[in-house]
Amino acid sequence: MNSIILTAAARILTPLMIAFSLFILLRGHNEPGGGFIGGLVGATGFALYAKATSVKETIRALRLQPPTIAVLGLGAALLAGMWGQFFGDAFLQGMWPFYGPGPDGGTVGLPVGSVLLFDIGVYLVVIGSVLTILFALEDDVAHPDRLDIED
Amino acid sequence: MLLTAPIIISFLTAIACFLARHDRVAQRWLSLLGSIALLIASFLLAAEVIRHGPIAAAMGGWLPPFGIVLVADLFAVSMVVISAIIAVTTTIYSFGEVTDGEERFGFHTLLHSLLAGGCGAFLTGDIFNLYVWFEVMLIASFGLLILGGRKEQIDGAVKYVVLNLISTIAFLTGIGLIYGATGTLNMAELRDAIPAIENDTVVLTTAVIFLFGFGVKAALFPVFFWLPASYHTPAVVVSSLFTALMTKVGVYALIRFFTLMYDTQMPQMQTMLLIIAAFTMVVGVLGAAAQNSIRRILAFHSVSQIGYILLGLAIFTPLALVGAIFFIIHHIVVKANLFLVGGVMTRLTGSEDLAKIGGLWRRTPWLAVLFLLPALSLAGLPPFFGFWAKLVVIQASFEADAYLYGFIALFVGLLTMYSMSKIWMEGFWKAHPNPSGAAALSLSRNELALLVAPIVLLTVATTALGLFASPFFDIAVQAAAQLTETDAYVRAVLGTLP
Amino acid sequence: MEPALAILIGVIVAASLYLMLSGNMVRFLFGLVLLSNAANLVIFVGGRLTYAAPPLVPEGLYAPVGVVANALPQALVLTAIVIGFGLLAFALVLVHRAYQVLGTVEGDDMRVAEPRADKG
Repeated sequence: MNSIILTAAARILTPLMIAFSLFILLRGHNEPGGGFIGGLVGATGFALYAKATSVKETIRALRLQPPTIAVLGLGAALLAGMWGQFFGDAFLQGMWPFYGPGPDGGTVGLPVGSVLLFDIGVYLVVIGSVLTILFALEDDVAHPDRLDIED
Repeated sequence: MLLTAPIIISFLTAIACFLARHDRVAQRWLSLLGSIALLIASFLLAAEVIRHGPIAAAMGGWLPPFGIVLVADLFAVSMVVISAIIAVTTTIYSFGEVTDGEERFGFHTLLHSLLAGGCGAFLTGDIFNLYVWFEVMLIASFGLLILGGRKEQIDGAVKYVVLNLISTIAFLTGIGLIYGATGTLNMAELRDAIPAIENDTVVLTTAVIFLFGFGVKAALFPVFFWLPASYHTPAVVVSSLFTALMTKVGVYALIRFFTLMYDTQMPQMQTMLLIIAAFTMVVGVLGAAAQNSIRRILAFHSVSQIGYILLGLAIFTPLALVGAIFFIIHHIVVKANLFLVGGVMTRLTGSEDLAKIGGLWRRTPWLAVLFLLPALSLAGLPPFFGFWAKLVVIQASFEADAYLYGFIALFVGLLTMYSMSKIWMEGFWKAHPNPSGAAALSLSRNELALLVAPIVLLTVATTALGLFASPFFDIAVQAAAQLTETDAYVRAVLGTLP
Repeated sequence: MEPALAILIGVIVAASLYLMLSGNMVRFLFGLVLLSNAANLVIFVGGRLTYAAPPLVPEGLYAPVGVVANALPQALVLTAIVIGFGLLAFALVLVHRAYQVLGTVEGDDMRVAEPRADKG
């Protein structure tokens, strides 16, 4: 799209939205937020960038193809699930390597563990799959003459 | 650990295949390795279940009814084992059929995602989770169906997609209603919660909604149109995979729901199920008789076979359930095999249209034998496995005084014979209408080995299951006993009986 | 509140059925979107509607305080929306592709896989 306003605004808005999506992702530990909603915000940021520049340029900025991002996210979520199994617990059991009961009865440490990894996985899956769908639709509209599905 | 293994292995294989999609050889090895690992894991799980009875595991350490459980009873693991066998044959056959482009687009990823969805659906003990696994399967099947993007594939896919989406929404509505009425989604809890609902209308309504939702997936009588519209359009190996797994998940869910949760509703539902089963059998086989293309005959024919399975469920005696379990396994092994044979026939003669092919008996007598064995099993001739499956279902219907339905089943068996002999006469017996054109079509030794190996494997399985039916019969009896006596299942999930 | 929502669900289902009876696949898809929303509402109402606080655990505690909303239907509806979104996006792309390849969006005219001459 050839709108100077959009292009100029996207340059500021996209990083802002992605930073905000990361904030929502991390906030999801105890408050409303999390991987899914964060991923949606992040995908919106990239979608805006794609509208302002082009699909090709966005994929270049992403470094990876959107389906690859989604599959990597699925892998991260699966690993988070298997983490508990490696230590003899249930599949998807929350594991907290840096977090546990402190000396004074409370819990101390950094609440980072399998739950966060799972959330990051969801975040990547959402970004990847939303962008896959969006870009496929965009491509479909941009190149209606191309009839092969393999793209 | 063992319970989650089939799902994890399938997903990991799907991911690995995706990441290796630019390296054809690596992707193929990963895919084959994943299928074989799935087979091994499913055998280990089956051994565990045979030894200890139903086993369950709570996901995330959240005990039921709060968390999601995976449960494996004998019926579920037999389905997982048979899916794993189909996974191996599908993978090998695909090496000889699926093109480079289709593999790069993600054939193996989609295949293993579909298997993950199937294993999840068989093993889950939570109805909402079942919905999620259904969707995993459905999305993967969409991808497989349009892979290649030919005109008739798109056409078939439109019908497949829209009708399956309606069934999905019906299933979801049923879940909403049953959750509103009982406050739980755990299958073991629902066993006691559903009979406790005071309002009978709610129970019957949800039962019919589930029957509709799963009926579409299983291709039962009034709602089967998507199956013959789409199953002959994709690659042969995809047709074979779909006929083995997609409809069976619907049938599995029907049997699970109506034995575990809605068994008290059976008297009201029974007449309806019997009528649906009879129509499914008859309409399917008549549709097959009217077709002239190999895969379309087989697709219509799948519908009629689903009718037999439903008949076993509808009669609802322990023996009838044994018959239903036998029939599911028989149908998966044999029908998947026949689709693969049909694929080789097409490759050797250049067309699927029976009028345009022929002369295969003279050219490839071994292929004729490989077709004849599963075809005779499908028609229900002794000593093949199909004979025992049919025998048990029909005997059960006679014992339950459902003579009419027993005779319909026998009659449909005769018509099956007709369809199979049509393929035999036209494809193998008569001369090829254009012999010089057909002779030009030959497969390289390598390709032929990849295409025929899975067929041989499945044919051997069919024959072995038929000749040594008695141990499998014992297992099926036990599986059916676990379906009718649900205490063991509930105890495995909830720890105690409520 | 429940009766009002029940009536709303009925109206949505009626509208979606009207759309789905059309032979035009695009209208059919719109009907499908409406129907899936109706199903989501059924789950939402099935979880009972209450005036309550969001189901959040305050910092330092192990359980929420006071009456909180039922979180499960929300989780179920969210899952169902996500899945429905994916399926419908696929269906939309498929119908668009069908329009390009087959030149029609009328279900009755899509006869490539099952040609009429075939007596199918």
